[in-house]
Amino acid sequence: MITPTLSVEAVSHAYGARQALDSVTFAVEPATFAVLLGLNGAGKSTLFALITRLYATQSGRIRIFDHDVRRASGEALRILGVVFQSRTLDLDLSVMQNLLYHAALHGIRRREAQTRADEVLARIALKDRAHDKVRNLSGGQMRRVEIARALLHRPRLLVLDEPTVGLDINSRADILRYVRQLIATDGIAVLWATHLIDEVADNDHLIVLHQGQVLSDGPLSRVVDDCGATNVRDAFARLTRSEHLSGDTE
Amino acid sequence: MNSTISDRQRAISVVSPHSGFSPGQFAICLKGIVWRESLRFLHQRERFISALVRPLVWLFIFAAGFRQVLGVSIIPPYQTYILYAEYITPGLIAMIQLFNGMQSSLSMVYDREMGNMRTLLVSPFPRWYLLCSKLIAGTAVSLLQVYAFLLIARFWEIGPPPVGYLLVLPALVLCGLMLGALGMLISSAIKQLENFAGVMNFVIFPLFFASSALYPLWQVREGSPLLYYICEFNPFTHAVELIRFALYAQVNWLSLAVVGGCTVLFILGAILAYDPSRGFLARRGEAAGTA
Repeated sequence: MITPTLSVEAVSHAYGARQALDSVTFAVEPATFAVLLGLNGAGKSTLFALITRLYATQSGRIRIFDHDVRRASGEALRILGVVFQSRTLDLDLSVMQNLLYHAALHGIRRREAQTRADEVLARIALKDRAHDKVRNLSGGQMRRVEIARALLHRPRLLVLDEPTVGLDINSRADILRYVRQLIATDGIAVLWATHLIDEVADNDHLIVLHQGQVLSDGPLSRVVDDCGATNVRDAFARLTRSEHLSGDTE
Repeated sequence: MNSTISDRQRAISVVSPHSGFSPGQFAICLKGIVWRESLRFLHQRERFISALVRPLVWLFIFAAGFRQVLGVSIIPPYQTYILYAEYITPGLIAMIQLFNGMQSSLSMVYDREMGNMRTLLVSPFPRWYLLCSKLIAGTAVSLLQVYAFLLIARFWEIGPPPVGYLLVLPALVLCGLMLGALGMLISSAIKQLENFAGVMNFVIFPLFFASSALYPLWQVREGSPLLYYICEFNPFTHAVELIRFALYAQVNWLSLAVVGGCTVLFILGAILAYDPSRGFLARRGEAAGTA
């Protein structure tokens, strides 16, 4: 039996009277690309805030490998790479300075951090921009830097919250391709939250989140078959009883 | 069963070769946070200039104007009559640190709105340690500003005895931490950047004017006993007095106790406010952004 990289067990979360998550349960296996698909307001960002310990879990349990995010948050966060929906780079610092700051926040020595930063920047083809201010990068380049930063401490799980929002079609495709490659090259697991159906691929693990509840969870083919649909778009519409699919051609 | 356990152990050993952080790694984290705050400060030249201009305007214009109006009798720690400019210098030093603390608070609100704060909060180091490191970084920046101000004032022959420059350092560190922690606590309660103007009106001005920064408290008492008691209870008054006495190689024990106590209180409050399970932020559902 393989220990899941991420396991979310009966997690509920409320903001006062508003229930944002209701008994959410799913697991992400190692070296898997899992898509958390949901419309805006489904609870994806709340779930990310819980996985990253920005909020404490009110009920249920979240584990990264065997580390409980609530009880052993340090160990859990240590093997977690995060890309948030909003930009979190310091625009007034250079790309390299942002990376070195992140490395320090993980206790990585300066020399080692410099080496790793050079490596990750080479992988995203931005080594020549290392000393440019982040402010001068394009939206797609900033996203790539954020992904590079999330990989700097060599996490085993990478979670990305709507990372392609606001990017053009080419940048979206580049980023998606790069993150999928990481599974093959680094063996990490990825949890990719999105509301864009065209970002789901045939071999992905799909988790459909709607109004704070998981409606379906499993390999894409099984999710589609289970609801008698012909494709992911149809499956999503049937599951959510929604005619309107948000921005799949954004 | 055995193979399941061994698989699990192998998986864990692969992902976490060692647990916890060494003291060296804690030091790297602190150094990184101080380095980042210093870089930000140096990049914002306007912030540095305004941090200096503000107290210098008070020193060279306000103090000169009121020199003949406001007489200062011999009060501890002074052993002789002093110029009014000399009297308000400790208050202006504390003002620099007060503004710096509030500036840090403003930048925390901004970072939270922009998302930068999450970079800090998802670090695997303990939350209390990250916040204390940020406080230390803010205090270090305020020290730069204070010594730059003291250097300029020295050219106008306003300043303490030479040894005071060294002896005031621990007082500055403590006051910087107290005012930074106050700013951090306030930042946790401010939801939007636009609300920050209220901080100016309801925090900075009352703290500064209801203190011994600009006038000795015995003079305040003659004018208004009520205001005198308010000043006495104002922690900023004690920050000013702690700095004033330290500049003249003396310790004001009462002020030391008040500033020390308030520092601990404010830091604990800020840690609590930023704690994911108890803090204000989680209750407001703020960090998640759009869900």
